Amino acid sequence: MSLLEIRNLTVRFATASGWFTAVEGVDLSVEKGEIVAIVGESGSGKSVSMLAVMGLLPPTAQVTADVLAFDGKDLLTISPAGRRALTGADMAMIFQEPMSSLNPCFTVGFQIEESLRLHLGLNKRQARDRAVELLTQVGIPSPAQRLSAYPHQLSGGMSQRVMIAMAIACDPRLLIADEPTTALDVTIQAQILDLLVDLQERRGMALILITHAMGVVAETAQRVVVQYAGWQVEKQDVYGLFDHPHHPYTAALLAALPERAVEGARLASIPGVVPGQFDKPSGCLFHPRCPRADQRCVEVRPVPAGPELGQAVCHYPLGGTR
Amino acid sequence: MSPPVNAPVNLPANPPTSPIVEADNLSRHYTVRRGLFAKPATVRALDGVSFTLDAGKTLAVVGESGCGKSTLGRIVTLIEPPSGGRLRLDGQPTEEVTPELRRKVQLVFQNPYGSLNPRRKIADALAEPLEILGGTSAAERRDRVLTMLEKVGLRREQAERYPHMFSGGQRQRIAVARALMPNPEVLVLDEPVSALDLSIQAQVLNLLMDLQDEFRLAYLFISHDLSVVRHIAQDVMVMYLGKAVEKGPKAAIFATPRHPYTRVLLAATPIADPRRRRDRIKARGELPSPLAPPPGCPFHPRCPLANERCRVEVPGLTQAGAQLVACHAVEEGRD
Repeated sequence: MSLLEIRNLTVRFATASGWFTAVEGVDLSVEKGEIVAIVGESGSGKSVSMLAVMGLLPPTAQVTADVLAFDGKDLLTISPAGRRALTGADMAMIFQEPMSSLNPCFTVGFQIEESLRLHLGLNKRQARDRAVELLTQVGIPSPAQRLSAYPHQLSGGMSQRVMIAMAIACDPRLLIADEPTTALDVTIQAQILDLLVDLQERRGMALILITHAMGVVAETAQRVVVQYAGWQVEKQDVYGLFDHPHHPYTAALLAALPERAVEGARLASIPGVVPGQFDKPSGCLFHPRCPRADQRCVEVRPVPAGPELGQAVCHYPLGGTR
Repeated sequence: MSPPVNAPVNLPANPPTSPIVEADNLSRHYTVRRGLFAKPATVRALDGVSFTLDAGKTLAVVGESGCGKSTLGRIVTLIEPPSGGRLRLDGQPTEEVTPELRRKVQLVFQNPYGSLNPRRKIADALAEPLEILGGTSAAERRDRVLTMLEKVGLRREQAERYPHMFSGGQRQRIAVARALMPNPEVLVLDEPVSALDLSIQAQVLNLLMDLQDEFRLAYLFISHDLSVVRHIAQDVMVMYLGKAVEKGPKAAIFATPRHPYTRVLLAATPIADPRRRRDRIKARGELPSPLAPPPGCPFHPRCPLANERCRVEVPGLTQAGAQLVACHAVEEGRD
């Protein structure tokens, strides 16, 4: 049994103008000690699907799934108390904006110790010792002094390290990192990614990395899920994805990378934009932007191809014979 | 400045006699108060930066937050005067800022969600620079707005819409169109694509390259994304804590980076190829506070090559291969 098992997850939001389907038919199993990347542009539903797993969506969201289970526990029917015992202890999440995810009114120490005392029942002194240990692990210099610092006294990179320290405080078995380095400078980004991979290896935890940066995916992930407008359009191991993308969207994304283009030449761009609530196309969601689309793509919704074709949700996957 | 001796023979119709932007030892210091009793401190946001930029060329300014790249952009756009040094635009001094000088250099900001007034129609936002500069009739302005919208890949009828009706990529096209309205010669692009999705980023970069060819625009391209810089620039200047630490032709800087900071920056940039995963050259620690910059070389606390001299003496830019590098280690040949 997988650590995290998602089958046919759909998330809809009640908006003033009707239901908006943000995520549709998401399947994902994550094993212990794995790094899975979910990559996609804004509006692809990559954060929403993981927020659904964490139970952090607002009440306007409607979550349905055939299976949504963590370590055998059904997350759809879990009691609020059961959810609280799980969140922050066995599964934890770190967010994109470290500066706005920390509470500005409390010291860093208080915020880290809170989950230690709540989940592990440590007393004040034990929690403090453990917090110092955690800050040391995430590479914060003079950790004992930093515990009494407020978030505004820390740089972006330091705040993100504190966030990571909070997330790993109770030794979670699953860590979801939502764009953990997007707000950071490249040298700090490199440090944070190294830290996450190092922690993942040492603790054998599973890591789900949500990102839009192909470079980050290539350097850290083992398996990759590509999302587009709420669909999982392709799933492959990282080598296969970069060597032989099967969905035209994945291929187009890779071709749009400046580093894969001839210097100074025009980039291969994808015309148009990601569809929103009111302009969801018929048939295949990608057909208005796809160079290979024909009448069938306009009319018929594609089904995933086999694993040899990256489970590409496409009538004409690249490298396929259909 | 006379043209170089070995200039190519097929020169354009009216060759430029001098660079369009000449920055000589520019600096910008800010005084910040640190509370009631503490002495005010000086932040050297920009500390003695020189460069030249030719028409039709792109100079990329690269560095992390706090390195002074946006301050440099503000000075070149004449938003702020430099505290020291000289800036010449199109051969003219900029101590007296005239409307004509302002016309020559325009700015595109990073975030197209913040840089367009949500209450103004696109047509009005685009016409405003011309209105301010004067000398055009309403009909002329209208005409130029519509032409410009088509140039940046939007439709004429979209002129009557408000910013919220556009996507991020379209807004950035509008921001570029607005900057181009007064017919500038230099565009300062401050992280123009870093807020955009990958597929949209490629569209906007293509547009910028097309416009540069068409109008012979000079770009001062401020960015932290080295893969974008590598694609679009001819020259690169790497900045750290207000100083240029390395500058030169793009090919040289990417092929043989000399300054340890440039190397760290290149090594930290993720490569979108899982078969090229590698151990990074790491920079220890973080950017020091610009309020208390380290003595000597600004990079020495994070530098693997630092020695006693680096801790005391500020290195100047010296020629190393095809580029200029400010590093004692490179100068002494121990890099």
